[in-house]
Amino acid sequence: MARIEAKAPAGLSAPRVIRPAVPWYQHQLARSVFYHAVVGVTCFFMLYPILWLVGSSFKPPDEIWTNQTAIIPKDFYPQNYPNGWAGFGGISFATFYRNSLFYATFGTILSVSASAVVAYGFARLRFRGRRIWFAIMLVTLMLPTQVQIIPQYIVFKQLGWLNTFYPLLLPRIGGSAFFIFMIIQFIRSIPVDLDEAAMIDGANKFGIFLRVILPQLTPAIITAAIFSFYWTWDEFLVPLIYLNSPELYLVSLALRTFSDPSGQTDWGAIFAMSALSLLPVFVIFISFQRYLVEGISTTGLKG
Amino acid sequence: MAAATLSKAKRRKQSNFGQDNLVGYLFIGPWLAAFLLFTFIPISVSLLLSFTDYNVLANAGEFIGLDNFQRMFFEDRRYWRSVNATLKYVVFSVPLRLLFALAVAMLLNTYRRGVGVYRAAFYAPSIIGGSIAVAVMWREIFGNDGLVNFTLNVLGIQGPNWLGRPETAIWTLIILAAWQFGSPMLIFLAGLKNIPKHLYESAEIDGANAWQRFLRITLPMLTPIIFFNLIMQLISGFMVFTQAFIVTQGRPLDTTLFYALYVYRRAFEQNEMGYASAMAWVMLMVIALLTALVFRSSSYWVHYEAGEGA
Repeated sequence: MARIEAKAPAGLSAPRVIRPAVPWYQHQLARSVFYHAVVGVTCFFMLYPILWLVGSSFKPPDEIWTNQTAIIPKDFYPQNYPNGWAGFGGISFATFYRNSLFYATFGTILSVSASAVVAYGFARLRFRGRRIWFAIMLVTLMLPTQVQIIPQYIVFKQLGWLNTFYPLLLPRIGGSAFFIFMIIQFIRSIPVDLDEAAMIDGANKFGIFLRVILPQLTPAIITAAIFSFYWTWDEFLVPLIYLNSPELYLVSLALRTFSDPSGQTDWGAIFAMSALSLLPVFVIFISFQRYLVEGISTTGLKG
Repeated sequence: MAAATLSKAKRRKQSNFGQDNLVGYLFIGPWLAAFLLFTFIPISVSLLLSFTDYNVLANAGEFIGLDNFQRMFFEDRRYWRSVNATLKYVVFSVPLRLLFALAVAMLLNTYRRGVGVYRAAFYAPSIIGGSIAVAVMWREIFGNDGLVNFTLNVLGIQGPNWLGRPETAIWTLIILAAWQFGSPMLIFLAGLKNIPKHLYESAEIDGANAWQRFLRITLPMLTPIIFFNLIMQLISGFMVFTQAFIVTQGRPLDTTLFYALYVYRRAFEQNEMGYASAMAWVMLMVIALLTALVFRSSSYWVHYEAGEGA
């Protein structure tokens, strides 16, 4: 916006700013208010279903249907949480959370550490066939799970590994193509001079990876770990196929059984357990938002 | 003389290229092993299975030639309903998602206070998008006595049975997909920030209005990003599973029986793994073909700045 400054005579106070006559709606303040009103209201509608879910999880049974639209319950009823936590078939949500935490933590460690090792190989080492393998790795990003999962299931079943975590964890030993790609991009931004200096000092490739590259990978590894954790936490199809006994259920599987419309009528408890299952993801999201945004923006990871 | 030295240098460079052969394969070894064991071999086996009537309970199957494909294309009515549902879902949800993503990214492409909070808020639905909790919530929101109908009732409108009617059920899932535009939004936002400011300034001096600037600068400069987002969203659109599995279970009248859901049912509920493998392979081919088509078309509409990678 154009500002015309009048020349102040010497000795007088600060120069007076004369604003040209503009219509009110073009004023900075009006525009700002308008912007925040539009974006704020849109935001509210975006978040409304989530807020509604959390609100409903604190409503007493009769209020859930009579006072539906409200986010803030009239009567605060936290009893839904212990009711839901009790679970089903004598197994409480403590078991499901323990399973999910084990799987998400261990699975994340496995796939992120493998991804870092593989990414270093692709990013820094010169070996025959590197380009072809790299291209193949990118293509695997586009493969539908359905073409791989049926033969995998047949083999794991023959091995007697149904109702174990092996079929879920074992395919992660090679890392994940998404994270490998992301970490490769990151390693490429690290100057090669450091590698060379270490090489002159007599370090071999493993030493360079461990002492030079790995310490600098922290931001990329955090980003990958966050994504891995919340994808694993939400994973559904693969656990659905392999984990059939309720003691092994992850939170996602348990919620599905728990909320089965034919078997369950305590909607307060269903809402409570649904809201609770989102909590770990939200806590991580809020604490590491910066890493997530950077990760998606720079590598185009899907969310 | 010079040529000889050059070729010698070239040869040395070539042998240099293979200097890390052993170490290189040690480092990518984990990926290579997992790729062969859990991707390459299974996909090949899946192709073989598609020519058999393998049943996992009997652990036996016979070679039946192209019967699975014959049945799929000419006899199985549900198959075509599932193709229909998937296409409808992709055709509506992908453009809607990209449209919302771009619109909101443009709104957030400013340096005002509070933009970081808005960005997080718009992204929040996407971060929980794949979870069962959200699917359960969606089923309630669009249920017969759910939030949407309750609100309509307050306004004096009798809402339909969203999940029970063939015309409306799929739309609840399309809306659910459109609601989760967070990652393409962030990618668009990064792209918008990369467009050089001087382009807009000179356009403004030349008298271009906001709409013209959008059409002539923003849109062409964003085409590489639109291309990337389109590919990613198409692929994930074709693989949609969880939402339909929980919210509509493929009902009513198979109008939300998405392809991945149908493959799952054939393979793991009816144990027809041969038939399901054939279906999965057709899906792989269709996705590969579509991706190739979009790549092919990109030379007509994707605009790359010289010297600038997207």
